[in-house]
Amino acid sequence: MSGRIKPVTTIALIFFLVSAVGPLLVSSWATLFALILAKGIVVLGIILLLQAGQVSFGHAMFFATGAYTAAFWGKYVGGGDIVLFIALGGITSAVFGLIVGLFVVRYREIFFGMLNLAFSMVLWSLLEKMFHYTNGADGIRVPRPALLGLSFTPETFQYVILYVSLLIAVVAFYGVQRYLNSPLGHMLRAIKSNETRLEYLGTSARRVLLIGYVISAFLGGIGGTLVAIIQQIATPEFGFWTKSGEFVFIAILGGSAHAFGAFAGAAMFECVRFYAAAHLADTWQLILGVVLIVIILYAPNGLIALRQRYGQAKQGGH
Amino acid sequence: MNSTLAILAILDGISYAALVFLVSVGLSLIFGVLRVVNVAHGSLYAFGAYLAATFSLAIAPISPWLTYPALLAASIVIGVVCGGFIERFLLRPLSGQEDVLQLLITFAAFMIMDNLQRLIWGVQPIFAAEPLRLLPNVAVFGVSYTSYQVILLPGVALATLFGLRYFLRRTLSGAVILAVTEDREASTAIGIDAKRVYFVTFVIGASLAALGGALASPTTSLVPGMGADMIVLSFAVAATAGLGQIEGTALTALMIGLTRAFVIYLQPEFEVLVPYLLMVLVLLVRPFGLFGAVQVRKI
Repeated sequence: MSGRIKPVTTIALIFFLVSAVGPLLVSSWATLFALILAKGIVVLGIILLLQAGQVSFGHAMFFATGAYTAAFWGKYVGGGDIVLFIALGGITSAVFGLIVGLFVVRYREIFFGMLNLAFSMVLWSLLEKMFHYTNGADGIRVPRPALLGLSFTPETFQYVILYVSLLIAVVAFYGVQRYLNSPLGHMLRAIKSNETRLEYLGTSARRVLLIGYVISAFLGGIGGTLVAIIQQIATPEFGFWTKSGEFVFIAILGGSAHAFGAFAGAAMFECVRFYAAAHLADTWQLILGVVLIVIILYAPNGLIALRQRYGQAKQGGH
Repeated sequence: MNSTLAILAILDGISYAALVFLVSVGLSLIFGVLRVVNVAHGSLYAFGAYLAATFSLAIAPISPWLTYPALLAASIVIGVVCGGFIERFLLRPLSGQEDVLQLLITFAAFMIMDNLQRLIWGVQPIFAAEPLRLLPNVAVFGVSYTSYQVILLPGVALATLFGLRYFLRRTLSGAVILAVTEDREASTAIGIDAKRVYFVTFVIGASLAALGGALASPTTSLVPGMGADMIVLSFAVAATAGLGQIEGTALTALMIGLTRAFVIYLQPEFEVLVPYLLMVLVLLVRPFGLFGAVQVRKI
């Protein structure tokens, strides 16, 4: 395959181009695509962990950490800049991810998922109950930040945040691809296929998983900061377990075999929600549930695998 | 804290623990046999509560005493219809597939049921306190409390605990379930229909969740989101006890119920935090739960 551009990469490039150009034609798409890209960045982190065969059912805690970092800065310091928010959000959640990670990487499968869930629910109940600091369930408003000292009108701002999200998404996509193809990424995959052999090779599986976990928390935090800026609010709901479920849902929807699955899944998820919420306000959640069931039962490897399966059929079963 | 408050807290804790136990033990039973964490469990609880409220509001004008069988009927209907559907059409086609897919399909069931619940019963709180009002209050060490909460609920919980123990350890059907849990292939080889065992277990577990909801409905107002809250709580109890541990679940439910009740009287804002904090602390020390058997790491 070397020297040739893989089809998935081509589709990814087309997707990023569409998200750069499309919103210029239809202005209501700006926020939609910004959300797709931001959520896609979070789901990249879920896909990283899925490579190691681990499902985190508490990843919303890093999403919420990123969002609240921006919110707290706005509330207690005031002002703020997109670059500063994203840097802070990423660093805070990476540090938080390191602390939680030190505990959770000792466990696998259901125990890994359970501990993540437990930590995220502790964070959620703190956000919900520390009313004096967090405004409880109402959440904290995130005022529109500047970008490198320049402030914008709301109309321009939606494009500014779209292109910031796009830039980060492309970098994150490329970075995760490189990471998964690096020796460290292959070791991460080995945790799923044969952890004992990995240990026999003289590598610490826990350390490999911890690195993956911190990267994944970092991505979750950046995505959370972006969503908080886009929606101009951070609420405890960002850290509730249903949010974590949503991210795992998007990862499976898109397909966890390739980093692009994150964006394919996020695009499908947000589009269904965007249009279903507009036309069928009462039943969009039901529709998403049915979509998820159909995907799991008939295409368990996700959207990107559909294309691969089609391609294989053409080549005669290879 | 004076002694009256302490007794009140203990009674609160016991009645709350009884409800939580019913839901958690269903979750634990399903995990023990099917190895699936049923994310839709909280929705089954909520559906049980709403259907029970609908039934008892409908039947109360005829005779208020008929509300008790109505609660039971509601939980069995939900357990068989919803539980049966989830097992037969969602989980069974996925048997042998990756665990994450099974977990996620119950998440899909949760999303659908959560939405259906709002479509069917709306978002306004529903009250159906008839069964609670029928029974007289009792005085416990000078504190007056509803006998529905301090006698009936713990009674049902204890009956469930000993009933399940007897069913699993002393009857042939129970032995069959344990055999499938122990070794699915070997039990299939001696002629046990494992698929049927999975179905029956799931329906029992789902009915227990719905029963918890049905019994809770007279004591609280029914609101959207009650299912989403209950699933994590029952999960925290089941995981802290060790998934698949029936007696352990009862003790853990009691422990969490009492701790929560005392925290409500002392530091009300940390009420929600209690179960999750306990869960983190226990799982960090004993990932298999307080009563779970240590398993050899399978590679």
